[in-house]
Amino acid sequence: MKIKVWGCRGSLPSPGPENIIYGGNTSCVEVSKDDTLIILDGGSGIQRLGKSLSPKIKELHVLLTHLHIDHTMGLGFFQPLYNPNIQVHFWGPSTALEPLLHRLRRYFSPPLFPVRLNELPKHPIVHEINNSEFEIGDIKIKSAYICHPGPTLGFRLTDGDSVFAYMPDHEPALGSANFPHDADWTSGFEIAENADLLFHDGEYTAAEYQTKIGWGHSSLQDAVAFGALTKVKKLAIFHHDPLNSDERLSEIFEECITVRKPDYEVFLCKEGEVFDLS
Amino acid sequence: MAIQPIELILGRQFIDGLSMPVFLVDTEGNLLFYNEPAEEILGIRFGETGSMPVEEWSTIFKPTDAEGNPLPPESLPLVQTLTHHKPAQGSFYIDNLKGEKHLINVSAIPIEGRPKRFLGAMALFWNSNFS
Repeated sequence: MKIKVWGCRGSLPSPGPENIIYGGNTSCVEVSKDDTLIILDGGSGIQRLGKSLSPKIKELHVLLTHLHIDHTMGLGFFQPLYNPNIQVHFWGPSTALEPLLHRLRRYFSPPLFPVRLNELPKHPIVHEINNSEFEIGDIKIKSAYICHPGPTLGFRLTDGDSVFAYMPDHEPALGSANFPHDADWTSGFEIAENADLLFHDGEYTAAEYQTKIGWGHSSLQDAVAFGALTKVKKLAIFHHDPLNSDERLSEIFEECITVRKPDYEVFLCKEGEVFDLS
Repeated sequence: MAIQPIELILGRQFIDGLSMPVFLVDTEGNLLFYNEPAEEILGIRFGETGSMPVEEWSTIFKPTDAEGNPLPPESLPLVQTLTHHKPAQGSFYIDNLKGEKHLINVSAIPIEGRPKRFLGAMALFWNSNFS
């Protein structure tokens, strides 16, 4: 499967000359294999993705980790939703009571957005998932609730022997009994375990995290520790703080690596980056 | 023990911070975690035992009535909660590993994750010896 990053910024789009290297669009990742197209999250990056799609595409699947605005704000500008020849599927987390369709309608309605879901030329098909396993094309997907405010899923995508894990918003240090030492009691472990590539939240420095515990995000250092615990081959730090420029991101990344000294590959995720897992 | 769902992980974190005794069990009744106050009831430390299969911890935790007669498992609040997925309450006596008799009041509550996934239960104890 091929993986392309269309947005890896956290919380708020942050375009500007100071954010050229890592990009300013919020969470959106394209996963493709032959005719199968899966899009992870509908952040602002999905707008450019929508414009780039082949006219041959007739069906695609948008998997939403959760419905925070930085993961859904691009959906209304996703061109395939306005193309009657394309069937769009939305997959997202169940809550205790309110159906996913109703929660999606909150975005697709005034005053947040002028176009309602039922005004689209082809109504998206909505799938509610929780701790689930399902297949889209040849890609097997496992989802599980992970530690982040509100119902939030992590995704594990398997294509043959290749595994890609996606947890853009995740705070394992809070959702763990003894982080990072007890795998069975660590949020998200089963999603990331032995993945070839993990995209994981690493929004804060270790010092910043101390004032933001419970906000649902990780420090870079905790992300590196989580990657080591789960024995991933590569970790791409995701959900960059919108306040951090390219220069600052590189600086705090180097500080983290100096402290943590990971014995596996760790890097900062970049918008536009492509990975081929095969 | 298996990899735990986030609801039980956060439940354990919550219990760990309480000064009242609490047991956390999975759907089968395996004792996943008990906090420091609950160690006093069992007479053993979690650090020594870790999680315990139901067959193991049921030999340690032996509820009786006031006369010392063993109580049938199905009468215990935690067993009722696991069986019926509903809260249950009750009182009984136990002798812990140290041979101490405790009058225990128990409130057991089911743990149901989104969307209606039964994951286990918590048993909250009030130790009358200490009240």
